[in-house]
Amino acid sequence: MSDTEATPDDVRHVAELARVDLDEDEVDEFADQFADILDYFHALDEVPTVERDADLVNVMRPDEVREGLSQAEALSNADETEDGYFRGPNVS
Amino acid sequence: MSIFISEETVEGADDGPLAGTTVAVKDNISTEGVRTTCGSAMLEDYVPPYDATVVERLKDAGADIVGKTNMDEFGMGTTTETSAFGATENPVADGRVPGGSSGGSAAAVAAGEADLALGSDTGGSVRCPAAFCGVVGIKPTYGLVSRYGLVAYANSLEQIGPFGSTVEEAAALLDVIAGPDERDATTRKEGADSDYAAAADGDVDGLSIGVPTELVEGADEGVVETFYDALDQLEAQGATTHEVSLESVEYAVQAYYVIAMSEASSNLARFDGVRYGHSGGYDGNWNEVFGRAREEGFGAEVKRRVLLGTYALSAGYHDKYYKQAQDARAWVKQDFDEALSEADVLASPTMPVPPMELGESLSDPLKMYLADANTVPVNLADLPAISVPAGETDGLPVGLQLVGPAFGEETIIRAASALD
Repeated sequence: MSDTEATPDDVRHVAELARVDLDEDEVDEFADQFADILDYFHALDEVPTVERDADLVNVMRPDEVREGLSQAEALSNADETEDGYFRGPNVS
Repeated sequence: MSIFISEETVEGADDGPLAGTTVAVKDNISTEGVRTTCGSAMLEDYVPPYDATVVERLKDAGADIVGKTNMDEFGMGTTTETSAFGATENPVADGRVPGGSSGGSAAAVAAGEADLALGSDTGGSVRCPAAFCGVVGIKPTYGLVSRYGLVAYANSLEQIGPFGSTVEEAAALLDVIAGPDERDATTRKEGADSDYAAAADGDVDGLSIGVPTELVEGADEGVVETFYDALDQLEAQGATTHEVSLESVEYAVQAYYVIAMSEASSNLARFDGVRYGHSGGYDGNWNEVFGRAREEGFGAEVKRRVLLGTYALSAGYHDKYYKQAQDARAWVKQDFDEALSEADVLASPTMPVPPMELGESLSDPLKMYLADANTVPVNLADLPAISVPAGETDGLPVGLQLVGPAFGEETIIRAASALD
């Protein structure tokens, strides 16, 4: 038994947040695996706080109009389009 | 057991430093008009309308692209077995994996299907397959190579990197792809006028090599023996070695996976089947429709990482996992900086184990994650590293990893070329 609780309900909850459906076998398998993996992650509790001083500056450029993808190119991989727009699933 | 997912030829310019050279490109690097799947059913039919910057630079340099190579789905794996298009066999070790996630790219070079190849390295995905297939692979300093057109998995960690049969050839490909890009604001100017190929002169006289004990101790016996034989060769050519300690690397795998999974959960949210990708053609409540499309489009390892990343970032857990992982990342960086203040390069086995048998690792994800122990610290520290063939154990290739200071590509290339 692991110390971390990762119940099938936890897995279902996270799957809902992530918008990934799972079948029941996957839920059970993930619950077991997540318990082991989260247990392993617990070692991070021992990590000391370290000063993080990234020596970086923002990269800026003038905001000028430039060529991008054409509308046709941007739509070229969509399953469904309508009048030059992406078309999402029908709600009703 | 295919090396390529799509075998299409794209001819480069007539002249240039890579004229007449064939290059295989990992299938998460966008190629205009050529299908780019990321090894995923989600993107089985995705055809990018533009080239990645590195692909533009390949073409301008005269290289001919010979195909898009197999990979772990979205780069998530150490064996290339999580690909939706099936596994790739190691061309130099029968029945073994080629390593991952850029397994097809390393295999293409090892099998002679291409002179050179591009992969991407988020936690070792160039160095691991280079080691397992007996070729050279380089993970550049974060910011040396543009990620524009690389389909993101964990963008704070990943870099595109080259494979070659020799250090010099891999370095020559790095020369072509390195340098700033206005389309990737994280690129730096350091690689602009590089001549990394010229650094492959094999001169290690006076080179100081630190050996992090933590990255050697747990490794397979035959791997360790091969590693020390290679170090002996470097010493015989005038290099000196000394042991160093990187206390923080004990936490590197945990920190890496928390950060990579968290970033993945955000980056892969874009795949809902509306603008591109598998939609399933369902109607109804959008959240439910997207959930179903993503169930069908993503494989088990991708779901695992997206879910764990979502968990690590969710209310109540963010401080416990993500923030602590960032602390660990800063600690790892500090440790490497200190070790590299008293050594020119750090050396370790690239992988703690020889190539696994096909089918051996898929059932135990945590075991697969632990195989990345020697490669992930380098991504956390944003540093450059190279894997060069060190020899064999029981007929299986062993790679030696050399890590250098930020933008110290010349140093690791010079050191590695002494083993060519």
